[in-house]
Amino acid sequence: MAASSPEVQIAGRLAYRPSRHLRERFIEAALLGAALVAVATTVGIVFILLRESIAFFREVSIVDFFTDSQWTPLFSDPHFGIWVLLSGTLTSSAIALAVAIPVGTVLAIYLSEFAKARTREIAKPILELLAGIPTIVFGYFALFFVTPLLKNFIPGLPGFNLLSAGLVMGVMIVPYISSISEDAMRAVPMALREGAYAMGATRLQVALHVVVPAAFSGIAAAYILGISRAVGETMIVAVAAGNQPNLTFNPMDQAATITAYIVQVAKGDLPHGSTGYLTIFAAGLTLFVLTLMFNLLGYWLRRRYREEY
Amino acid sequence: MNDEPKKPDLATLAKKAEARELNFFYGAKQALNKITLPIYDKRVTALIGPSGCGKSTFLRCFNRMHDLYPGTRYEGEIRLQPDDVNLLSREVDPIEVRMRLAMVFQKPNPFPKSIFENVAYGLRIRGEKRRTVLMDRVEQALKDAALWNEVKDRLDELATTLSGGQQQRLCIARALACDPELLLFDEPTSALDPIATASIEELIHELREKVTILIVTHNMQQAARVSDFTAYMYLGDLVEFGWTDDVFFRPQKKQTEDYITGRFG
Ligand SMILES: Nc1ncnc2c1ncn2[C@@H]1O[C@H](COP(=O)(O)OP(=O)(O)O)[C@@H](O)[C@H]1O
Ligand SMILES: [Mg+2]
Repeated sequence: MAASSPEVQIAGRLAYRPSRHLRERFIEAALLGAALVAVATTVGIVFILLRESIAFFREVSIVDFFTDSQWTPLFSDPHFGIWVLLSGTLTSSAIALAVAIPVGTVLAIYLSEFAKARTREIAKPILELLAGIPTIVFGYFALFFVTPLLKNFIPGLPGFNLLSAGLVMGVMIVPYISSISEDAMRAVPMALREGAYAMGATRLQVALHVVVPAAFSGIAAAYILGISRAVGETMIVAVAAGNQPNLTFNPMDQAATITAYIVQVAKGDLPHGSTGYLTIFAAGLTLFVLTLMFNLLGYWLRRRYREEY
Repeated sequence: MNDEPKKPDLATLAKKAEARELNFFYGAKQALNKITLPIYDKRVTALIGPSGCGKSTFLRCFNRMHDLYPGTRYEGEIRLQPDDVNLLSREVDPIEVRMRLAMVFQKPNPFPKSIFENVAYGLRIRGEKRRTVLMDRVEQALKDAALWNEVKDRLDELATTLSGGQQQRLCIARALACDPELLLFDEPTSALDPIATASIEELIHELREKVTILIVTHNMQQAARVSDFTAYMYLGDLVEFGWTDDVFFRPQKKQTEDYITGRFG
């Protein structure tokens, strides 16, 4: 019979299987859909930010926005100087990063290059736990614990201040920086370390001279993520830094950040479309541009220092 | 290979180091069994044997590389001359040992630094800061590694921009810059093309006037070409050791002969 001849059997085995390919196509489509959701959300956010900001800048000159030294959108004589909020954001972020970058980097070097496997097994989950604490808890920790503590050393420190919020924010960011940096350092091949050890280098020399430079692009990515977290952090500053728009770079002052201002206004009931309401979007766009700039910087750093092992 | 007639009596040759009844363990697994092997001064000794027989393990005992990994253990001695100390002793600082020995690895592993800083690295961690001294030593090392002409105009470029063969010669230059007493090579050409391999082999041939060399290779033609002495290892044992031409043409052990003839054709 023809059906049992070897040629026909092999041809049957090699025959195209539509069901298999249909399934593949379906999965591909689902994955593409998931990716599109993320892209569409981003595009939507940017679109709304831009549209509302354009409406805002029809009423407020962009020059005033960047030069005015007051931020009083709800007063009868309103002022819209974004630097008032930006100064709070930049100051609290600078304090946070002054804590998080050194501590996070040292911790990553310790965990990757010095700690025994057991120490690492214990320390990593604890750090992850720290990263999982809701930021509102950090906010009240700053307000009710860190600020009173700081008052012992800094008499006259106001109950709301950027210093305390920034320090606690720094602690919050440490795990992000340490865990990404550590991953980058552990990805450095052992052969590279052995090369330095064989020259007579000490453990610290190997870590600082070889591992950190080799992992630099990953470490830079960690720093950028930390910066983005700091600039975008909301609850800690809203709770502990006071919500007084204040053009100041003094950590001992109270001030509002861009994010804290947005929360404050968004939860009040301002008429939709009023200039006061539109400030949210102008402030939000400023934040977006700031974060975008850091992300581009991070992208550039990663390309510049990408390491081929 | 040495010319056959004039082979000096082994007893008259100075030793740079000697393994004595060396056992080595990865955890409970014994990887080297009672290896006793002299390393003659200013000579090239090749270690051959099938993959997994313990060549790298043996080589890495000399610069205490195994100390970097937990659960490893040495027994026996490697006596380093002229000090006549057992470099495996607990009282010996592995960093001091590594300052005097140098190693070139299977895969080129330049540091993520400039060509200049790669070669200067050993000197820098030994505390050398004078720019002129560093310049001179780097230039000399690159010349000794036959790389100077190719890189002299691009010393500030990243070492990773070099080709594989150049990277390996850079690693040799890096090793030579600190005037090592004993140079350890672990299959230095296995990741290289034939042309780069030939240039490294030529280099090893020239270097033996200056420094004692211990080289692991799985390529027996290479062992025959570059070495004065050959040691054949099998499953953690030293099977045979002698002048390279003796090992290759007049092996004492049947096992050695089988291995060599099997590979040669
Ligand atoms: N880190 C290690 N842990 C356990 N066993 C190892 C380790 N490294 C090598 N070995 C074992 O030791 C033996 C010798 O390995 P190696 O020295 O790398 O051989 P060669 O270099 O001759 O190919 C092999 O059986 C190998 O499986
Ligand atoms: Mg090996």
